[in-house]
Amino acid sequence: MRHHKLALCEECYLEWFPEQTKRAIERYRMFGPREKILVAVSGGKDSLSLWDVLLRLGYRADGLYIHLGIDGKGYSDRSLNYVEKFAARFWGASFKVVDVKALYGKSITELAREKLRGRKICSLCGLVKRHEMNRLAYEGGYDAVATGHNLDDEAATLLGNALRWQAGYLARQAPVLPSTHPKLARKVKPFCRLYERETAAYAILRGIEYIYDECPFAIGATSIFYKEILNQLEVHSPGTKLQFYLGFLRAREEGLFSKAMEGLELGECEKCGQPTTAPKLCAFCRLWES
Amino acid sequence: MVKVIYRDKEWELKGRMTVRDAISKVGLNIQAVLAVRDGKLITEDTILKDGDVVKLVAVVSGG
Repeated sequence: MRHHKLALCEECYLEWFPEQTKRAIERYRMFGPREKILVAVSGGKDSLSLWDVLLRLGYRADGLYIHLGIDGKGYSDRSLNYVEKFAARFWGASFKVVDVKALYGKSITELAREKLRGRKICSLCGLVKRHEMNRLAYEGGYDAVATGHNLDDEAATLLGNALRWQAGYLARQAPVLPSTHPKLARKVKPFCRLYERETAAYAILRGIEYIYDECPFAIGATSIFYKEILNQLEVHSPGTKLQFYLGFLRAREEGLFSKAMEGLELGECEKCGQPTTAPKLCAFCRLWES
Repeated sequence: MVKVIYRDKEWELKGRMTVRDAISKVGLNIQAVLAVRDGKLITEDTILKDGDVVKLVAVVSGG
């Protein structure tokens, strides 16, 4: 790990990685040892590693798999299979599955065919996942929703938002998004300071089986292009991604985006009751309107 | 010869080299992959020898 000027053997790495995660949880006050955490698991390396680490650290962490019905070679079914394998092999850990098609009548692929109008499917997918994560967290009495976003994810999002100077998005990008409404779950990203290579290395060393293939809809995604650019910078100057992200967090704490954080009034959706800035129906419920 | 495998591609590379050299020779970014030999993760400074088979694991995901 050139950015840390650190080389570790397998045994030490498997100790170092959870320690770093714990430090981030405590440093950003993500959650305490008695709180109930819902981990959004996709079957990928990051979310399964996160679930593994939280359980090993002794947190009360249940999994949530959202079956979106992504149909490229049964992608969602195969992803679910990795979640099931993980839960059975490692911990017998408890997890819930939400099947979007069974609940709402359409898979994400079918919904995208009807609704996209030039928008990328990833934005639709994000909207559905955020709604369902929040709903399940509220219904299950969880204190926070944890996602496996790593440093590369955060740096790529930051680069995209900074390129367009989207102050509102920049203001809301943080390791912890506090709950600003009784029905809005706190969102936390315990891997936000860990490189994507580090989460992948943890999964491999720990023997976690994960879905290796990229989501068929993510091929050619802008976020992946931004990651490639950032990786070129990282090779040239090790530590660039971490400095970019941590520098942003410092600027954010110092109030650089404080004006953009003001004035988001949250009401409740007339149909699902979830918090929304829209006057009647939330963006999720509007999706299912014909 | 060192055999390098990445997704559905394969390369045969001549000579003594580090993992970092091999990744560079096949045109990939060291940040974007991890190297596995005989089922074990190996670091970028590991020296590869004739007959080694190295599988490169992509680490970048997104969407």
